[in-house]
Amino acid sequence: MKTQQNKKEQIAPKVVARGVNVYYGEKQALFQVKLEVPHRRVTSLIGPSGCGKSTFLRCINRMNDVIAGCRVEGSITIDGLDVSSLDAVALRARIGMVFQKPNPFPKSIYENVAYGVRIHGLADTKDEMDAIVRRSLARAGLAREVSERLNDPAYSLSGGQQQRLCIARAIALQPELILMDEPCSSLDPIATARIENLIAELSRNYTILIVTHSMQQAARVSHRTVFFHLGRVIESGETTQVFTNPKRKQTERYITGRIG
Amino acid sequence: MKYSDISNRRVDQRLKRRQRAERRYRLYGQVAITLALLFLLMFFASIITRAVPAFYYHRVNLTLELSPKVFAGRQGEPLPRKITERQAKSLMEDAIALELGALAQRERLRRALIAPLAALELKQLLEKEAEVRHRLGDRLLLPFVLNSAGENCIRNACANSAEVDDFGLSEGQRQALSILHKRGLITRHFNLVFFTHSDSRSSESAGILGALLGSFWALLIAFLLAFPLGLFTAIHLQEFAPRNRLTYLIEVAIYNLAAVPSIVFGLLGLAIFLNWWHLPRSAPLVGGMVLALMTLPTIVVASRNALAAVAGGIRSAGLALGASRVQVVFHHVLPSAMPGILTGTIIGMAQALGETAPLLMIGMVAFIAQAPLSPLEPATALPVQIFIWADHPDPAFSSRSAAAILVMLVFLIVMNSLAVILRRSFERSG
Repeated sequence: MKTQQNKKEQIAPKVVARGVNVYYGEKQALFQVKLEVPHRRVTSLIGPSGCGKSTFLRCINRMNDVIAGCRVEGSITIDGLDVSSLDAVALRARIGMVFQKPNPFPKSIYENVAYGVRIHGLADTKDEMDAIVRRSLARAGLAREVSERLNDPAYSLSGGQQQRLCIARAIALQPELILMDEPCSSLDPIATARIENLIAELSRNYTILIVTHSMQQAARVSHRTVFFHLGRVIESGETTQVFTNPKRKQTERYITGRIG
Repeated sequence: MKYSDISNRRVDQRLKRRQRAERRYRLYGQVAITLALLFLLMFFASIITRAVPAFYYHRVNLTLELSPKVFAGRQGEPLPRKITERQAKSLMEDAIALELGALAQRERLRRALIAPLAALELKQLLEKEAEVRHRLGDRLLLPFVLNSAGENCIRNACANSAEVDDFGLSEGQRQALSILHKRGLITRHFNLVFFTHSDSRSSESAGILGALLGSFWALLIAFLLAFPLGLFTAIHLQEFAPRNRLTYLIEVAIYNLAAVPSIVFGLLGLAIFLNWWHLPRSAPLVGGMVLALMTLPTIVVASRNALAAVAGGIRSAGLALGASRVQVVFHHVLPSAMPGILTGTIIGMAQALGETAPLLMIGMVAFIAQAPLSPLEPATALPVQIFIWADHPDPAFSSRSAAAILVMLVFLIVMNSLAVILRRSFERSG
């Protein structure tokens, strides 16, 4: 395990952020964020509410563009390409995102997974589309539960199933990077456990960046952990190191429950 | 005494007051709803009792001899193919004379009792039955429509009373009617004419077809103009426009427009559509344009609210998958908002259907006896027709006015139910 990790570390990081400042109107939300997300690993962002974790996540696929008055400075690169130089639509096609609350479209289960593939024209035939939908549902661990009712409305699924459907929808596009914004915060412990297992499985093929409020979750699922506080990155490193031997006082105080 | 006892006693006292207050407020609600229902009941009762007479009318059945004298022919010859209205009238006069003898000659009964329409109907009937080969000298039993004086007299049972009242009939004419009634020659029929004819000077041939068609054209034009305009305005304002001073002003202006009295829109239509653009006066086209202006704010506001009510998560989900903003709106947001938008539109259209004032301004308040076959022909609309008839001195017209109100209410109820059904079905499938 250790040697494998070391080997992967030598590959250039997937996402590199340098000097990222974000302003919502007059208010500055992120200060000089410097961060690297390694390839095919799970990186979790932890920190108290309002510390800018989600804001940073949304900078990567430029979801902040649609928020009026939001301004982003600095550079974020994916595989060396600056996200601000790319077309936002093309960029988002390469990055999957899963949100805090499950947000399937009010359409059938099948249509939910097929939608992204369809708008980007990634399937030429009906068979190809069927294959993509089935494969994505299988990878999201949902195939067995829904294979008999692909045409049922997505809202007929339970919350946890809906969230896995959203993950299937994101991976249908074969993204290079999956952003997860507190994906388990509205789910019960069993559904949470299933999503966590899924994250571990997906990390073999995908780079995953997850924002979470639960430190146990960060400890369970991620290889690396980044601690945010008041819009700054306080500490980042291997998860085991951050949780067992934090270098900074603030990190220690947070993970032992004294700030936040 | 322990503290908890005191506090419990206080709570108990207060609880009683609170329960009394609650009962009182419930009573207020019940009284209010009872009153509202009572008023509604009174309204419907009054409209229906006034409308019922408009749905039936009387005919007098007379034996008609196709006398050779009238057609200047001989007994047994076939009936000519063309018959003049004058000939029809003299046939009817003969028929009345046959039934009533001398009384008929003295009192000019045909003009006094039979509708002008009847002569035309007789002419058309005989011409249509040319194949039957009626011959001169044949006798036929035919029903003739009474005119409004005769109709009123029959309805008010004047034929049985000794008093001579002001139905515009002389004593002899009244007697004649009385005799016909006693002989069982007067029969009651369903008033189909009310639905198949347009406005007329005489009540027995006045119907709402023209007004219905006028309203239909005007609403069609209003829908075609206001729905796309309103929908796209709402989409732009809600989904794309930046939030700045200009869009705020536009928003306020739209909300204010929704409160502008409709007659103002009528004035606008008069000034711009008629006097400046020289569009045809009294045409449903212009009526529809004015109604479109009037319903536009309703549609914009309803559509914006429906769009705003769509959960934001759907937008983020679409954007995060790489859909453009237009794709997000048209693939996800709009379908979710559609039931609300359609409900708002149908309610706006229902308002437009009942609107009178702006149509008065652009000349849709006219006597138009022909049903408009296109939105460019002069027409009147249902509420305007109601307004015109309600003003008429002849009671037969005011009952037709009430009947037209009933017809309009039926349309309004249908439209509003449609809105409810649409919303329900979308909610179930969404």
